[in-house]
Amino acid sequence: MKMVTAIVKPFKLDEVREALSAIGVQGVTVTEVKGFGRQKGHTELYRGAEYVVDFLPKVKVEAAVDDAIVDRVIEAIEAAARTGKIGDGKIFVSPLEQVVRIRTGETGKDAL
Amino acid sequence: MNKLLLAFVFSLFALAFGGSAFAQAAASDAASAAAPAAAMAAASTPAASASGADASASAAAPAASTPVPNKGDVAWMIVATALVIMMSVPALALFYGGLVRSKNMLSVLMQVFVTFSMIVVLWCLYGYSLAFTEGNAFFGGFSRVFMKDMFDPLTGTMSMASTFSKGVVIPELLFMAFQATFAAITCCLIVGSFAERMKFSAVLVFMVLWFTFSYAPIAHMVWFWPGPDAYTSKAIVDATNAKAGLLWQWGALDFAGGTVVHINAAMAGLVGAFMVGKRLGYGREAFTPHSLTLTMVGAALLWVGWFGFNAGSALEAGNSAVLAFINTFSATAAAVLAWSIGESLMKGKASMLGAASGAVAGLVAITPACGNVGLLGALVIGFVAGFACLWGVNGLKKMLGADDSLDVFGVHGVGGIVGALLTGVFNSPGLGGPSFPDNWFTGELVKPENYSIASQVWAQGKAVLVTIVWSGLVSLVAYKLVDMTIGLRVSEEDEREGLDIAAHGETAYHN
Repeated sequence: MKMVTAIVKPFKLDEVREALSAIGVQGVTVTEVKGFGRQKGHTELYRGAEYVVDFLPKVKVEAAVDDAIVDRVIEAIEAAARTGKIGDGKIFVSPLEQVVRIRTGETGKDAL
Repeated sequence: MNKLLLAFVFSLFALAFGGSAFAQAAASDAASAAAPAAAMAAASTPAASASGADASASAAAPAASTPVPNKGDVAWMIVATALVIMMSVPALALFYGGLVRSKNMLSVLMQVFVTFSMIVVLWCLYGYSLAFTEGNAFFGGFSRVFMKDMFDPLTGTMSMASTFSKGVVIPELLFMAFQATFAAITCCLIVGSFAERMKFSAVLVFMVLWFTFSYAPIAHMVWFWPGPDAYTSKAIVDATNAKAGLLWQWGALDFAGGTVVHINAAMAGLVGAFMVGKRLGYGREAFTPHSLTLTMVGAALLWVGWFGFNAGSALEAGNSAVLAFINTFSATAAAVLAWSIGESLMKGKASMLGAASGAVAGLVAITPACGNVGLLGALVIGFVAGFACLWGVNGLKKMLGADDSLDVFGVHGVGGIVGALLTGVFNSPGLGGPSFPDNWFTGELVKPENYSIASQVWAQGKAVLVTIVWSGLVSLVAYKLVDMTIGLRVSEEDEREGLDIAAHGETAYHN
């Protein structure tokens, strides 16, 4: 099992969700986050004071998936979230040791 | 706890001071009873003139009967007073509140709310008497301490205050209430300069001192005069003029408070910004306004409320009020445009905060001018003020080097000075202005050919300078006293945590 964590542009969230549903991902967790990468921030001006805003708003999508579909999940997110402009985000994949469905007590693949 | 005790002791002291003054006033009653009726405060002589229907007739027939206020005037002044209350809470509180970080939102709302309330109480106890009764050229007297002799419960009668027309009066209590809102909002304006770092108790004690020794005397100097009904003959004009406040005698025009309210408060704010010091992280951390939406709501409510402030300053529901109304309308609109244009040219973008600031700049600048200038003059004043205050919060702010958190000096100081000086220009009948009385007995106005813009601007300039120096010195001493007794500033830890939790034990927003 793998945990796929994608940082994407906020307005791409719906497309990413649809793409994941289409390949059979049962659920994702979404968090509004801020961060910086290669995309530059912007400056804000309040009367005489100018502030550089480095941290830009992004959406973090987390999906726990079976090893069998992890490559397709990555491709789906990539395709859905890409605009081709700097700031499209990143996908992180990490091993996942255990999953438990709280309601039934199922574990591992059955709980995905 | 200590702070609370001190604040409490201070208010007791204020009450005791008021009480003793009251006792003195009562004791000297018998003596002053012999004084002529004309010596009474604000020409509120119950037996001064007849009905307000015919000004000249009533002036010629003194001591005929008690003047009866016009219901329209009374109704308008009640509405105007309520509008100015709305200007402080919620308008000014929201305008300021939106500009601070969310951790200090409630502290700003509270400082405005409680300062407003406290000053209204002090105004009733002694402030009104100090500002609007006859005394010397700088301070009024104590004849109206504790609202003495303003309402007779046995007969249900009230003392009357004169307006700007002979024989036209409004109940003096209404005039007092209207002026109470001015005193209170002026003090609230200062809050913007030291926002986000000053102790709540220190704010309140400072306000008591500044209100007593700067607001009341400046209001007296600029606005106190015996009223039109006091000029009963040509012979006594000079003697009657001599009873007025210093700046009034110098001929300074200030319709609704460019000097008394805005320059006065702005100087107190600027001195405060220097004395309290810069906020932690100033220049390094981003102090972004937490809700420009609320700031816009506040600015818009200020604009509405300002019609009470400016048009209400006519004290009657007549042409003068209408002139003040339309000028307050148009000058503000011109200033919004000017600020937005200026920002677009300078920075490439016109901002919401800029438009809101422009509105306030225009409102401030038209305040001394509103009933004293013509229609095109008002548009020019608004336009100039928009650009001038934009400079006030950019270039001037950098030159001064103080952390005036919400630009009280940049907007109210610069706008107030621009407005006060240009009042002297556009008051001229040659430039469409209504001019001012040449002869206080007949009410005749200065004619266009005799009007000297230069001398009027000089009179305005002197009033501006006196206000700057007076308010600056009083503020300096008041801040110093507060600093030596209870301390001006919250601890570093409290400042980082935010004043909402540190000073008030609550949070503005819960996510």
